[in-house]
Amino acid sequence: MFKQTLNISTSPHLKLGVSTDDIMRNVVWAMLPASAFAVYAFGLSVFLLLVTSTAAAVLTEHLLCRWSGKESTVSDWSAVITGLLLGLTLPPAFPLWMAFVGSVIAVALGKFAFGGLGYNTFNPALVGRAVLQAAFPAAITTWHPAFLEGRFTDIASSTLALPFMEPTYDAVSGATPLSAFKFDGVAADSADLALGLVSGSAGETCALLIVLGGIYLVARNMMNWRIPVSILLTVYVLSGIMHWVDAEAYPSPAFMLFSGGLMLGAVFMATDMVASPLTSKGVVVYGVLIGLLVVVIRLWGGLPEGVMYAILLANAVSPHIDSALQNRVYGTVKKAKAA
Amino acid sequence: MGLFNFGHKTFRHGIHPPEHKSETNGLPIRQFAFAPLLVLPVSQHIGAPSKIIVREGQEVMRGQLLAEAGGYVSVPLHAPVSGRVRKIANVPTAKGEMSLGIYLEAFPASGQEVLERDGLDWQAATPEEILQGIQNAGIVGLGGAAFPTHVKLKVPEGKQCEVLLLNGIECEPYLTTDHRVMLEQADDIFMGIRYLLKATGAQRAIIGIEANKKDAAEHLSRNIPEGLPVTVEVVPVKYPQGSEKMLITSVMGKEVPSGGLPIDVGAVVVNVATTAEIGRLLPHGRGIQERVVTITGPGVKKKGNYLIPVGTPLRFVLEEVGVADNLSEVYLGGPMMGMAVSNLDISITKGTSGILAFTDNEVHRADKVYPCIKCGACVDACPLSLNPSQMGILAKFEAYDDMAANHNLMDCFECGSCSYVCPSNIPLVQYFRMSKAVVRKRAAAKKEAANV
Ligand code: SF4
Ligand code: SF4
Repeated sequence: MFKQTLNISTSPHLKLGVSTDDIMRNVVWAMLPASAFAVYAFGLSVFLLLVTSTAAAVLTEHLLCRWSGKESTVSDWSAVITGLLLGLTLPPAFPLWMAFVGSVIAVALGKFAFGGLGYNTFNPALVGRAVLQAAFPAAITTWHPAFLEGRFTDIASSTLALPFMEPTYDAVSGATPLSAFKFDGVAADSADLALGLVSGSAGETCALLIVLGGIYLVARNMMNWRIPVSILLTVYVLSGIMHWVDAEAYPSPAFMLFSGGLMLGAVFMATDMVASPLTSKGVVVYGVLIGLLVVVIRLWGGLPEGVMYAILLANAVSPHIDSALQNRVYGTVKKAKAA
Repeated sequence: MGLFNFGHKTFRHGIHPPEHKSETNGLPIRQFAFAPLLVLPVSQHIGAPSKIIVREGQEVMRGQLLAEAGGYVSVPLHAPVSGRVRKIANVPTAKGEMSLGIYLEAFPASGQEVLERDGLDWQAATPEEILQGIQNAGIVGLGGAAFPTHVKLKVPEGKQCEVLLLNGIECEPYLTTDHRVMLEQADDIFMGIRYLLKATGAQRAIIGIEANKKDAAEHLSRNIPEGLPVTVEVVPVKYPQGSEKMLITSVMGKEVPSGGLPIDVGAVVVNVATTAEIGRLLPHGRGIQERVVTITGPGVKKKGNYLIPVGTPLRFVLEEVGVADNLSEVYLGGPMMGMAVSNLDISITKGTSGILAFTDNEVHRADKVYPCIKCGACVDACPLSLNPSQMGILAKFEAYDDMAANHNLMDCFECGSCSYVCPSNIPLVQYFRMSKAVVRKRAAAKKEAANV
């Protein structure tokens, strides 16, 4: 009556059943509404941009695994996140070949060089973007107007610029709300910002859809809500204080929250599990640190936007936050010694 | 004021695996059939094996002593049925290795009345006599640990036991033996408490029960005998609350020091089924012959809570209850900490609290292992606030000493919460089990070297 062999496995014999590729896949799902809005707002160019950056990341991951004689890790979906996320941070009419280069660098330098998924110190997409920013300072700050007539049929000429050629721009929008404020002192309407009715990077404009994606992930227990909440609260409180001190010189907290890449960064970049701390306490410190850096860079730094650098810096200190803030082990008085 | 205290206190972290208790928690304990041949290893407990005092061919009465305690940390073994000693030889055990034991052939139609010796009156007996009586009855922790109870009850010189904690938590999914025992054997439990209070010198007893067994909590609260200093404390459901340390924290709000014992915070913890056994056996001078086992899981046809003679072969048990055709794995104990077994010739021992059968549908083998993505789920699950993520990485580098010295590896009691939540399917508990064994071995080797 019995099968000849029973299997042996070690305890526990129950599993929660959420695996790493499930988490990664869901992060991709969560980014889709914001991506769809980006395509809606900026048209075909952004569609091509996102496809290019995503495909390049996946391809790079696959080839690097092959060349180093490992099994391809494409199926864990993390390369898709990197590629798509990078695409969302780029200007809408960004040349595709540059985006391609950015994705290759993101995966090769940001992830593979560290040892692959789980070992990256920084969020790979941000590494890619940082390199692009250094290499192509003009292209990455040239903005394209949203909701152009004919955006679903025409491709911006800069999008198809040939490699190593100076891209030509047919329509250039004045400035993003952040740089408009920083350099011209003009503050955009917060409601327009939240709804994404402004110009900016492809995927960072519609804060509401980004938040929606975040709520989805938090509800599925696939994102640590403490990270975005502590970042946003810090930015809100600090910029609130500054605005109260001098409303002329400093933008309103709502403007700070909804402009630029803050939402995208707080929800999808800072929450990279690998590059953020492990403990709940550590995560809050990390979030506050990012918020602080964002405000400092935006209000007093030379750049209109500071989210990318803020997160990269926080990524770098995250292991130290962890070792400084280990949980107190049960039954001990002192904290466990950090390794 | 209600019947019992419904606390919201609990320990830090922990997990909520699906409970699956409703499948058996309404089924009363039933006597299981007697197997024609019982297999009785002499090592059913932690400590020295029992010493066999019968010979092959000898006829024994139910309840007769088969083997006596092999030392202080050891207990005797009694005949679960009347019958004849067929053979004394190596028998298969759950751990996979063979060890000395007795094959006992049951007499088919015998009355199976039990041999009784002089009982022990709880009022007249001294604490030492009670501890001796508990050892004589062959009693070990029935929650699964199978540690000799009299050793655990011995309050060391200079320490004092303030509270006797009765463990009715039963946090392992699927298992419902303690639940049924609390519902059906309240009098035995209270009698056991009398013995235990006296043996430990504790002034009061607390019965800790999880909120998914409110009926048991109510039943016990209602039936507390006049003058017996017992309270019932209900705590929220969370795994692994049934571990001594977690229970103490949930009920008493204290933490057992790292590397210490419950008595260091003035507590002694005894499982409720063990307590019931003490209350039932000691007045009659009897020894353990059977225990309540939950037989359940998707692969079992006649699920239930059964009173099964110790030594009943697993094969006989599964044949009696019927199993699914696509049976894949069988576990002794609960699904979180229980052991998978492949050899059906092993038998039910004193520490077997459950038998679980899973079919191909439930068992997901070959889960792909990913690198640690530092998601922190294990950190938020570990009831001891260890850092399984970090320790897992260290284990990979075989940095066992670092794990023990800086990460409290030796505190890990292998509850499996970290492995349960890990999305990367990293076999964390397995790593820690192995690492602990290495550290222990190294420590032993060092000790030996120092002694030479
Ligand atoms: S098995 Fe050990 S490390 Fe893992 S959760 Fe349990 S006590 Fe913590
Ligand atoms: S649960 Fe697994 S993947 Fe997550 S931090 Fe722990 S070991 Fe790493």
